[in-house]
Amino acid sequence: MSANSPDGGGADGNGSGVAASSRASLGRREIRDEIVIRFAGDSGDGIQLTGSQFAIESALAGSDIATLPDYPAEIRAPAGTTYGVSAFQVHFGSVDIRTSGDELDVLVAFNPAALKVNLDDLRIGGMVIVDESSFTDRNLKKADYESNPLEDDTLARHQLIKLDVTRLTEEAVKDFGLSSKDARRSRNLWALGLMLWMYGRDRSATVDWLKGKFGKKPDIMNANIAALNAGHAFGETAEMPSDIVGYTVAAADVAPGLYRTITGTEATAYGLLAGARAAGLGRIVFGSYPITPASPLLHAMAQLAEYGVVTFQAEDEIAAICSAIGASYGGALGVTSSSGAGVALKTEAAGLAVGAELPLIIVNAQRAGPSTGMPTKAEQADLLQALHGRHGEAPLAVVAAATPGDSFEVAMEAVRLATKYMTPVILLSDAYLMNAAEPWAIPDVNKLPSFPVQFRTDPEGYHPFLRDPETLARPWARPGTPGLEHRVGGLERDYETGDISYDPENHARMTEARAAKIAGIADDIPLQKPELGPENATLAVVGWGSTYGPIYQGVTKAREEGYHVAHIHLRYLSPFPRNLGELLKSYDRILVPEMNRGQLVSVLRDRYLIQGEALTKVQGQPFKIAEIYEAIRTRLG
Amino acid sequence: MTTASETIQLKPADFASDQEVRWCPGCGDYAILKAIQRTLAELGVKRENTVFVSGIGCASRFPYYMSTYGFHTIHGRAPAFATGIKLANPELDVWVVTGDGDGLSIGGNHTLHILRRNVNVQICLFNNEIYGLTKGQYSPTSRQGTVSPSSPKGSLEQPLSACAFALGAGARFVARSVDTMQKHLIEVLKRAHEHHGASFTEIFQNCIVFNDKAFADFTDREIAADRQVHVDHGAPLLFGKDREKGLRLKPGTLQLEAVTVGQDGVTEDDILVHDEKDRALAQLLVAMEPPELPVALGVVYCDPAPVYEDQVESRLDAACCGDLNDLLRSGRTWCVDCD
Repeated sequence: MSANSPDGGGADGNGSGVAASSRASLGRREIRDEIVIRFAGDSGDGIQLTGSQFAIESALAGSDIATLPDYPAEIRAPAGTTYGVSAFQVHFGSVDIRTSGDELDVLVAFNPAALKVNLDDLRIGGMVIVDESSFTDRNLKKADYESNPLEDDTLARHQLIKLDVTRLTEEAVKDFGLSSKDARRSRNLWALGLMLWMYGRDRSATVDWLKGKFGKKPDIMNANIAALNAGHAFGETAEMPSDIVGYTVAAADVAPGLYRTITGTEATAYGLLAGARAAGLGRIVFGSYPITPASPLLHAMAQLAEYGVVTFQAEDEIAAICSAIGASYGGALGVTSSSGAGVALKTEAAGLAVGAELPLIIVNAQRAGPSTGMPTKAEQADLLQALHGRHGEAPLAVVAAATPGDSFEVAMEAVRLATKYMTPVILLSDAYLMNAAEPWAIPDVNKLPSFPVQFRTDPEGYHPFLRDPETLARPWARPGTPGLEHRVGGLERDYETGDISYDPENHARMTEARAAKIAGIADDIPLQKPELGPENATLAVVGWGSTYGPIYQGVTKAREEGYHVAHIHLRYLSPFPRNLGELLKSYDRILVPEMNRGQLVSVLRDRYLIQGEALTKVQGQPFKIAEIYEAIRTRLG
Repeated sequence: MTTASETIQLKPADFASDQEVRWCPGCGDYAILKAIQRTLAELGVKRENTVFVSGIGCASRFPYYMSTYGFHTIHGRAPAFATGIKLANPELDVWVVTGDGDGLSIGGNHTLHILRRNVNVQICLFNNEIYGLTKGQYSPTSRQGTVSPSSPKGSLEQPLSACAFALGAGARFVARSVDTMQKHLIEVLKRAHEHHGASFTEIFQNCIVFNDKAFADFTDREIAADRQVHVDHGAPLLFGKDREKGLRLKPGTLQLEAVTVGQDGVTEDDILVHDEKDRALAQLLVAMEPPELPVALGVVYCDPAPVYEDQVESRLDAACCGDLNDLLRSGRTWCVDCD
């Protein structure tokens, strides 16, 4: 066990890092505003569990948090390999936290591969904690290290803490009679215990969780708790190098209320359900087909049978959307989910839903494409697919979630638009949003808006395409309703009767009516306001989707430094808010950061004839705050 | 427009919509439309509870001509839409109308899975062994050597047997009839409707324009009696003008053979008795082809099994009815400045 500190310290300009520590006496705790920790190891090391428990303990201690799991596409990649590394990042603090963090303050690496893959993200002067016993020749070779990074100058600019976590864990659990393999499996909890000590977090929620999870295997449960406690005690009892201290991260200033952590997946599921309730629909039929990273939504919906959710794992993506459309025709709320490649398969059916004018929600958890691309990594490259990816003139509504918690409201809004306007709605999310978690103020369901569906029951004067003069929506008539028997389908329908029509003028009229219906939604959504900063600023940074967090914080930082910049975030992508063009034209310059090659910016240019500049990133990783800030600074210098 | 209440007995014509039927003159679909309208009238079903779902093709225009609810969907996918409708409202009486291209080529996957899941719908596959709506290309049931615009020198592919496919997919009800056999077809369709679960009925349908007389080798009046066996649960598998012929297992094999009662020592006791719960027999029956063996018509297989949406509903009932506020508060929560 040893520790080395870089000469002259390595604190960055923010002064928020642990490496800013000077030699400190035991028992002293230094104060930090925010910390970013990443746990990394083999996909079998329990990394996701360790990280999410740390996040929960931090949230329970009053921190604002944001988390990001990063796991390999392979289920069980060979142990010790770089492509088998699984990681979980937690950003927590007493300040407003909106991203999972640009740079790491602390990296906990369980093996050489985890160190290799993640070290570039550790800031200069950041702390790296390793299990030195895993740095064997064999593991070093698997990670392509020619010499041991714990012994050469690889970590010279970082603060290294080498601990024999394996031996310490085995020691802690020796009374429980586990095999050495099983004993070793508690390493993650030992490390978690140490980190909980270091940041002054309680560990009772983790103990409760272990009791629940391993209640039927008392040896494993007790060993895990013992490892957790041992890691904590290790920090507490003077065994740590003297220049490693504990830190205090004060509670964040958050609005009063009841909170929980929520992932984008959970928030989407709950939002769909709350939306269905608000629409007075007792049943959701969720037709889906497994695909990364959307499958967790299928799993989440499958848990909701007692709330009237029927999940249907279809034979393919096409059957998934078709079953959802059939369900909407039948009077339930049809929802389907996928990722871009699967959405591509659904587009023919989406065209039918546009033509037949039935409510439908399509959730797209975007991933890096094309084709299978990088299935676990986020991208925003399906925007143009959402807006235009259908045959024929087939307009529909498109909304996008900004944060994990925002997915709840956006999903509810998708249900409102789908049912009120009898239209498919595409809800854009992405791999990052679906997996990331943040604290969420739990709403009182009874105080949420309601928008009850009025099913048509009156046969008098009915035909299936009789439009509401205000919304232009056609009536929703459920099979089973006497006197409203009707036929719908893919063939063009007569505007006046709903019967099949091949009349040229009628086709033009119906095409315009379908477009006008979607365009009219613009009158039923809020006017666009800047998220930060004024109208008429020198620069507007315009974003949509999960870039919200880094843009918000990048713009905040620039504004604090006096730059005349605003942040505009778009929830509604089709149609755009009524005043968007006017608002954008009030700025001298427009910068559009997107995790694609400039899709939104091209739409904005086309629609409003504005000069917009793209800031693109297609690495499967979210923007860093610093990247947004730098882009602003270089433009406004 | 229909009336709001349907307590009176509806006639076949009451199931016809006001739309002009636009199949080619002489198309077998007319006869099937009439048979289905008569079937519904005889069953006494309600229009408002009945939904016809179709894909794309000549057959798939069917829903437009019915006065019930109807959904003309996209090519091959009708089973998936029908499944969604049943999951939304299992009380609806859903019919799927498809064809050999729609149901066995582009939609083969969905036909397989709706049968495997045993969704309670009636699937009527109009088999004309050709693509009609797209003007005459060979289909997956076309016989090898079919000359068509896309196979000018004759098709190379081995045809698919619709009923063998359905049995292979795990169908619990498989039947066959012919467009021109009104009485037989109606009886078969009534059985299909009575069956609780997915029923699969193949209806041989003559395409007068692109594949005329495709089934003449067993439907022509002069030869029909010798080329068709009408299967009936519990009755011997006899056929021929005087029911003098029958089917038996060829001694020492698992193959059917046609024999004549009274010849070569064959007695009626040697003739197989139809057991519609016998899947192995059903496989043998649907594989029969003329001229060596007669074409099996009627309810070839019927052995009910648990229905998909019934099981879905029972799980929903068992789980009912959660409070959303409780759900959102499940798991770990914490309170900031709560009193």
